[in-house]
Amino acid sequence: MSALSAPLLPVLVRREHASLPVKLIAPPVALALATLLNLGLYLLMGRDPVAVFHAMLLEPFLSWASFSEVLLKTAPLLLIAQGLAIGFRAKVFNIGAEGQFILGAIFASAIPIWFPEATGQWIWPSMLVIGALGGALWASLTAFWRVKLNANEILVSLMLALVAAQLLNYLLLGPWKDPNGFNFPQSVMFQSDAMVPILIPGTRVNVSLLVACALSLAAWIFMQRSFAGFKLQVGGLAPRAAGYAGFNEGRAIWLSLLIGGFAAGLAGAAEVAGPLGQLQRSISTGYGYAAIIVAYLGGLHPVGIAFSALLMAALYIGGDNAMVSANLPVAAVRVFQGSLLLAYLVAIAFVRYRLEWRHAAHGSTS
Amino acid sequence: MNAVEFIIAGMLAAATPFLLAALGELVAERAGVLNLGVEGLMALGAVIAFIIVYQGGGHLLGFLAAGLASAALSLVFAVIALGFRANQVAVGLAIGILGQGLSALFGKSYESLTVKGLPKLSLPGLSDIPVIGGLFAQDVVVWLSLAATVAIWAMFAYTKTGLVVRAVGENPKAARALGYPVIAVRFAAVAFGGALAGFAGAYASVVYTPLWADGMIAGRGWIAIALVVFGTWLASRIFLGACLFGAVSLASLAAQATGLDVSSQLLSSLPYLVTVIVLGIISSNRRLLKLNGVASLGEPFER
Repeated sequence: MSALSAPLLPVLVRREHASLPVKLIAPPVALALATLLNLGLYLLMGRDPVAVFHAMLLEPFLSWASFSEVLLKTAPLLLIAQGLAIGFRAKVFNIGAEGQFILGAIFASAIPIWFPEATGQWIWPSMLVIGALGGALWASLTAFWRVKLNANEILVSLMLALVAAQLLNYLLLGPWKDPNGFNFPQSVMFQSDAMVPILIPGTRVNVSLLVACALSLAAWIFMQRSFAGFKLQVGGLAPRAAGYAGFNEGRAIWLSLLIGGFAAGLAGAAEVAGPLGQLQRSISTGYGYAAIIVAYLGGLHPVGIAFSALLMAALYIGGDNAMVSANLPVAAVRVFQGSLLLAYLVAIAFVRYRLEWRHAAHGSTS
Repeated sequence: MNAVEFIIAGMLAAATPFLLAALGELVAERAGVLNLGVEGLMALGAVIAFIIVYQGGGHLLGFLAAGLASAALSLVFAVIALGFRANQVAVGLAIGILGQGLSALFGKSYESLTVKGLPKLSLPGLSDIPVIGGLFAQDVVVWLSLAATVAIWAMFAYTKTGLVVRAVGENPKAARALGYPVIAVRFAAVAFGGALAGFAGAYASVVYTPLWADGMIAGRGWIAIALVVFGTWLASRIFLGACLFGAVSLASLAAQATGLDVSSQLLSSLPYLVTVIVLGIISSNRRLLKLNGVASLGEPFER
C-alpha cells in the first residue's frame, strides 16, 4: 500500500482477531454514510434533503399502511437473499437471481393461465412449488455450465437473467397475452384460488412472508448446524482444505445454485400469486439484484439478512414516497442501493484491518 | 444493400462498444484486477457524453468527459477494492448498480431525445470495392479503436510497461520484490479500463445509436467482460470476438428488417445466448485458460 500512499496516509494493518463489534456496527455506519452522501446528491439536484430523508427513510415506518407495504416487499427480498447468501459463503457468485425469479413467476403462472377454471385450495401451494422448481431449473443451467464446462457462473447467470427477461416479454406479447387486455403486455387475472392467502387482514401482506421467515430459519439451521452447510462454508473459505478433506467442489456448486434458484423462483411465484395476481412485465423491480445487496449488508448471515431485507424493502417504499412528495426520480433508489453496498464494503474492511498512522521513518522500510 | 453487405459494412461500428470496453477490462485484468462494474461504467459514460453532445458541446468534449467520469467512478472501485481490500466481485457489482442508477438519474430529462452521429471517413479506393467496400467506410472512433487495439497488443507484446502490468497480475509479490509499485500499477490499470468503458458507452449513445434511452447499454458491458475470457486475455482474439458480437447484433437487425418469421425477443436474446454458448466452449478447454489466464486475478494484494 505504502508504495502508492504518501507517508502521511494511514495504512491498513491486519488485526490479530476479526473484530465482532465492528462487524455489528458496520451496517448502521454504512447506512449513515450512504444516507449522508445521497442527501448531498439530492441537495445538488435542488431537492430539499430533509423532505427526501423524511419521505424515504422515516415515512415507511410511520404508518401501519406503509409499514405493511414494507413487509410485503420484505418477503421476496428475504427469500432471494437467504438463498444467495448460502452460495456467496461458498464463493459461488450467482448474480442472476433476477432470471430465476422471472422463471419462478412464469412457471407458477402456467397453472392459472392453462387452467383458469380450476378451483380448490391446492392451486396456490402448487404454484409456489412449481415456481421454486422453475427457478432451480433455470439456475441448474448455470450450475451445469460451471461444473461441466468450467464457465464463470457470474457471467452465465447474468446472461441467463437477460434471456429470462426476453422470455417473459415473448410470453406476454405472444401466447400468454390477455386477449381482452387492450393489448397490454400482461396475462389474464388469476382466479382467487391462485392467490396466496392474506396473512394480516386489511393489508396486502400474505402468507409468503411466513414462508420467507420459515426458510430463513431453515437457512440458519442449514448453515450453522448441518454438515452439508459446513462443507459449503469450508469450500468458500479454504478451497484447498475442502479438497483435501474430500469435499466435492462440483456438489457444492450444484447445491449453492439450486438453493439460490429455488428461493428466487419461490419469490417470483409468490409475487404473481400475491400482490400482482397476474403475470406482467414489471413483476420484478430489480429484486434479484437488490437481494445481492441485502445478502452482503446482512453479513451473509441469516439473522443479519432479516434486518437488511426489511431495510431494503423500506428503501423501495420510501423511494416511491419521495418520488411523489419530493419529485425524486425513481432511479435515486438504485443510486442509494449501490452506494449503500459500497459504504458497507468499506466499513466491513475494518473487521479484519485497523488503520495505523505511520510516519515516514517507519513506513519507508517495510 | 443486401443483408451480407449490411453486416459487413456495419460490423465494426457495432463491435466498437464491445471492443473498447473489453480492451479496458483486459488491461485491468492483466494487472490482476477483476472489475465487474463495466456495465455501470459504460452507462455513466453514455449519459455524460449524450448530455454534452445534446447541449452542443460536440463529440470530442463528450467523449473526453465520458472517459473522465467513468475513470473517476472506476477509481472509486479501485479505492475500495484495492485500498480497502474489499471483495472485488462485490465492489464491482456495487459500482455497476451505482453507475446504472446515476445514468438513469442524469438522463431522466433526456429520455428518447436524439443527437447527430459522426460522418463516415472512407479509405479512397478500398471503399469502392463491391460487397466488402463498406468495411472501409467507418467513423473516426472506429478507426481510433482499431489503432487502440494494435497499441494495446503491442504494449503487452513489446514494451516494458506491458511487462510490468503483466508481472503485477501474475505474481504481485515478485513484482513488488523487484521494486514495482503493485497497487499504483493496479490503480492506473483500473482507471485506464474505466476511461475505455466510458468511451465505449459514449460511442453507443452519441455515435452508434445516437439517442438516449435508460438501460441502452443492455448487457453490453457484461458481454465485454465475457469477451476478455473468449479472447483468452489476448487483444487480437478480443478484437475477433468483438467483431463476432457486432455481426450477431447486426444479423438480428437484418433478420427483423427482412421480415424473417423469428420472434424479436429471440433475436434480442441472441447475443446473450451466443455469450453463454461460446463461454462454455472456450472455458471447457481448461488448459487454454490456465495457459493464458491471469494468476492473481481478483485476489487482494497484501505485503
